[in-house]
Amino acid sequence: MATRTLDVAAIRKDFPIFETGIAYLDSANTSQRPRQVTGAMLEYFEKFNSNIHRAAYRIAEEATVRYEATREKVRAFINAASTKEIVYTRGTTEAINLVAYAWGRKNIRSGDLIVLTILDHHSNIVPWQILAAEKGAHVEYVDIDERGELRQDQFAELLKRGPKLVAFNLISNAMGTINPAREMVSAAKKAGATVLVDGAQSTPHQPVDVRALGCDFYAFSGHKMLGPTGAGILYGRRELLEAMDPFMAGGDMIKTVRVEGTTYHDLPWKFEAGTQAIAEVIGLGAAVDYLTGLGMDAVRAHELEITEYAYESLSEVEHLTVYGPPPSRRAGVISFSLEGIHPHDLATIADRDQVCLRAGHHCAMPLMTRLGIPATARASFYVYTQKEEVDRLVSSIKEAQRIFA
Amino acid sequence: MSNRSAPSADDQFYREYILDHYKNPRNFGRLEHPDISHEEDNPLCGDVVGMDFRVKDGVIEDIRFHGRGCAISQASASLLTERLKGLALEEAKKIGKDDVLGELGIEISPARIKCALLSLKVLKVGAYGLADDDEE
Repeated sequence: MATRTLDVAAIRKDFPIFETGIAYLDSANTSQRPRQVTGAMLEYFEKFNSNIHRAAYRIAEEATVRYEATREKVRAFINAASTKEIVYTRGTTEAINLVAYAWGRKNIRSGDLIVLTILDHHSNIVPWQILAAEKGAHVEYVDIDERGELRQDQFAELLKRGPKLVAFNLISNAMGTINPAREMVSAAKKAGATVLVDGAQSTPHQPVDVRALGCDFYAFSGHKMLGPTGAGILYGRRELLEAMDPFMAGGDMIKTVRVEGTTYHDLPWKFEAGTQAIAEVIGLGAAVDYLTGLGMDAVRAHELEITEYAYESLSEVEHLTVYGPPPSRRAGVISFSLEGIHPHDLATIADRDQVCLRAGHHCAMPLMTRLGIPATARASFYVYTQKEEVDRLVSSIKEAQRIFA
Repeated sequence: MSNRSAPSADDQFYREYILDHYKNPRNFGRLEHPDISHEEDNPLCGDVVGMDFRVKDGVIEDIRFHGRGCAISQASASLLTERLKGLALEEAKKIGKDDVLGELGIEISPARIKCALLSLKVLKVGAYGLADDDEE
């Protein structure tokens, strides 16, 4: 079966922001949003703005239907078994914190081992550090090899110690490394661990099938996949979610409240207390529709083409170091550094050419420490990225080298 | 976009003398047996600036700085040491945010203010034990 290809010129017409002339190379940070997404949100505000799950009037029913429709779209998008397994959160960070709180506090005990990786984002490190400190558990990190790939031999050794939890990102936001997630989940499950996969960077960029992956929890954000900020997803296997207590307590997550006590709502609403980010969830649904329309195989194919082009272009620049694996084993993320030019100076110079480039530690300070560098510059790509934007980046780099020569 | 000045043809941002201070930092290195030594970092971008002071009769007799980071943080530190050398501590105390930014003489975007003021933080926290005085 031939993979569809993306019509990037047509796609870019859906993103009004490109009329400003920017070259946007920071999609791993947050993506741009097409008219289809902002339009769906605007329609809610202008035509059926109301609260969900409560009112008996027509526009509130419309709001509820649209809000809940996103759940089925997301379920299909990641191939979960049921919409009961799709919990709305504000994003990946909240999803992981939810698990650390509601699952972790019930299941992690003194002396337990939690296995993370040096490639993880702070949001998949700090909640576990807090939990470990509270419970007297300890945390170990899988290291990387010289290519920036996880050391599977070391992972296997850690699994022999019977970790209670294994949590890792499917794709590293800082280096773009695509981890062999299916094999890692399978090995971790055999070792008896509960497994959380941080899908913040994988869900927007390649097909995801949580059942084939076999993990217990899978977290991601809407704003990195064409959706708005403030809406994200926690997928959890039903048995685990059923056994967990609520994360936040309040309105909408209850069945009955009496002064003597409360019974909680069914899944997934048990985890959704208070008035939700209704417009944002509707926007996320529109984003899923948009990506589904493009086809995730085509999205990955396009990004691989851009990444290969950028990898080659950057490799030709003198005094430039690219971190991480070759394009075939990385997502559309390239972290690099320039001799004698700090990433922030490069980003400032690029900004004057309207090239949006990330500079910093990318919320992965343990990885930066491991690499022995304070920061990198990072270019990241998405469905709308064209080679011309990569060329503009290379021009900015050469301009920086001219200024700092 | 609104509060950002348009890119100009000449190199407003990286003026020659800033680049010069970055590439050829003044008073760079360490002092043996300094009276005061203090270091600060900006974890967000990994900038580090440290300063060693020799003080005699209330005057900064000698000063060295060390560190690594972006051109703005390092040039700002170099410029500040030039100003501090030979200055009475009481006078040095009066140096503020606007003086440091003024000396750089370029427009600093909000994202880079921390870089520009890192050396001032070293002066304030280190030499005077003042409370951590972040920008704005």
